[in-house]
Amino acid sequence: MTSTSQSSTGRKIAPMNWERTLSRGLIYVVLLIFAAIFLLPVYMVLVTSFKSIDQVNISTMWTLPSAFTLESFKEAFSELAPGLSNSLVLVVPATVISAAMGSMNGYVLSKWKFPGANIIFPLMLFGMFIPYQAILIPLVEFLNNIGLFNSIAGLIMVHVVYGLPITTLIFRNYYTEVPDEMLEAGAIDGAGFFGLYRYIVLPISLPGFVVVIIWQFTQIWNEFLFAITVSQKTPMVTVALQNLSGSQIIEWNVQMAASFLAAIPTLIVYILLGRYFIRGLLAGSVKG
Amino acid sequence: MGQSKRDRVIAIAMLMPTVILLAIFVYGFIGWTGWTSLTNSNAMQRLSQQPAQYIGLDNYTNLFSGLLNNRFRIDLVNTVFFTLMFIFFSLAIGLLLAILIDQKIKGEGIFRTIFLFPMALSFVVTGVVWKWLFNPSSGINRLPELVGLPPGNFRWFISQDRWFEFNWQDFPVIVAWFVVALVAVIGAWLLLKRRTQIGAFILAGAILISTWILVGGAASLNIMDRPEKHGFNVALFALVLAAGWQMVGYTMAMYLAGLRGISEELREACRVDGATELGVYRHVVLPLLAPITLSAIIILGHISLKIFDLVYVMGGGDNLFIDMPGINMFFTTFRGQEFGQGAAIAMIMLIMVAVVIIPYLVSSLRGESKR
Repeated sequence: MTSTSQSSTGRKIAPMNWERTLSRGLIYVVLLIFAAIFLLPVYMVLVTSFKSIDQVNISTMWTLPSAFTLESFKEAFSELAPGLSNSLVLVVPATVISAAMGSMNGYVLSKWKFPGANIIFPLMLFGMFIPYQAILIPLVEFLNNIGLFNSIAGLIMVHVVYGLPITTLIFRNYYTEVPDEMLEAGAIDGAGFFGLYRYIVLPISLPGFVVVIIWQFTQIWNEFLFAITVSQKTPMVTVALQNLSGSQIIEWNVQMAASFLAAIPTLIVYILLGRYFIRGLLAGSVKG
Repeated sequence: MGQSKRDRVIAIAMLMPTVILLAIFVYGFIGWTGWTSLTNSNAMQRLSQQPAQYIGLDNYTNLFSGLLNNRFRIDLVNTVFFTLMFIFFSLAIGLLLAILIDQKIKGEGIFRTIFLFPMALSFVVTGVVWKWLFNPSSGINRLPELVGLPPGNFRWFISQDRWFEFNWQDFPVIVAWFVVALVAVIGAWLLLKRRTQIGAFILAGAILISTWILVGGAASLNIMDRPEKHGFNVALFALVLAAGWQMVGYTMAMYLAGLRGISEELREACRVDGATELGVYRHVVLPLLAPITLSAIIILGHISLKIFDLVYVMGGGDNLFIDMPGINMFFTTFRGQEFGQGAAIAMIMLIMVAVVIIPYLVSSLRGESKR
């Protein structure tokens, strides 16, 4: 910034430094503006949800609450509690089962090449891109016939099945990186299909499981279409939140508090394990 | 690997549950939906316990030209405009943020976390929050007041303004011209790449289609006997902003991964050759990011073609200015009990997504096996 130097050498270098400082400063300014925009909704949620009902009015939308209160969180929690617990009951088994099956599938597809695998794999993957509307009518009919319509068990099954393509994909890509020699050494020692999986593949699978479990947990927790179609009677958290926001009598401060509560579990996972979350995110674009 | 025959059989057997499940739940069910879309299946038919009757493509023609129900046409137009704006918005901002973050800045992790956290949220949460922000009498319209300006008066997702109006009867002609433009661009690109013969061939095809349109070929495909106005619903801006807020981080993460893959030596070599910082980006970095852009377009495109939750929460199925096929399918099927009609909408959605996804899947898996 000190470009006032009179010496000829100083003049030569100073403009470059000055330019550099300016452009560095500009980078930070732009980033900070975007960060502010991205955090705007968060600010609004927090400000509104800590207000009491009589404080929520148009003219003071953006101002901080004059008195902090947890009223709205209490009410939001009592409205949302059944949804939160339903979602928890759904998300744990659905995540675990789809991750376990995905690991096995990934192991087979990456280490046990068989004819036709090149056709089966893309056909499996297509299942994660389809608009689920295209299978919704038969799905409801099917669940009705086996008595699982409007039950959490039915929804668990749905999430396991439609989660299989992505879990298989992530594990397949993960295991492809494992050198075949490692398994060959095990095979020489006489280990069979399950032995190799149990003693060689599984022990090094932890990062893969972390990525898959985080991914499935977030997806299933946040999912809405299946939840509202298959299990309206036992509402999941997203359905409960939508019902709450759709009703005219619930105040905005409660709605914002409820949005916050519904977002907390996935946000915590994201903040603690963001690195793995991003890996799952990028795996969704197939090539990884 | 020294795989015994027995182990190979076990391996295939272990994959079978997944294969069978997906065969039924994906392909079997799609077939089932496809069949339903060709029948008159609805609440009446189900009550009467009669099997649904085959009615050919009636459900589809009804969607594209039905007298009473113009909702699907609105949805289709909305989807096209939304998809284009959403992709452009997410790519532009995502790339900008990725490049800025890649400048070896302080607090990189914090910025990355801020731009990516909306990805961890449900579209339902996003919808509820942004509905409040878009509330015309409060929300972001009030923001200018904080610095002493008059409040904004844009009506956001309940705006009823419409730009670029066109008549649905011209739809086949518009689509045909779009195809011509696409074909012409491909032809010109091939010419530029000096694949003259095939390029010229494709350009000739474009001219041929143009003449067909000009003599009225495309216009004769119109099956609607009365004019019907459609256009770009301004309310979609609100949807683009909310969806973009959520998905920009995704493109940013993709671009950032790509940028990190470009070695510093390469950039340094360009600088030594006298390239300016801007030149390095224009001639070296951006071309290397092109495949990522393509992947991002496809991933974002298929998300926007399927979009459901966000619109459901913000419009609830009543606001046709931001209506989308996914919402229409849901309400037609599960509220209106018009199963045949709903299945037809679902099949059209599936076809739209398949057109985008299948070439992508095939090419990226083929590229992988070559590697």
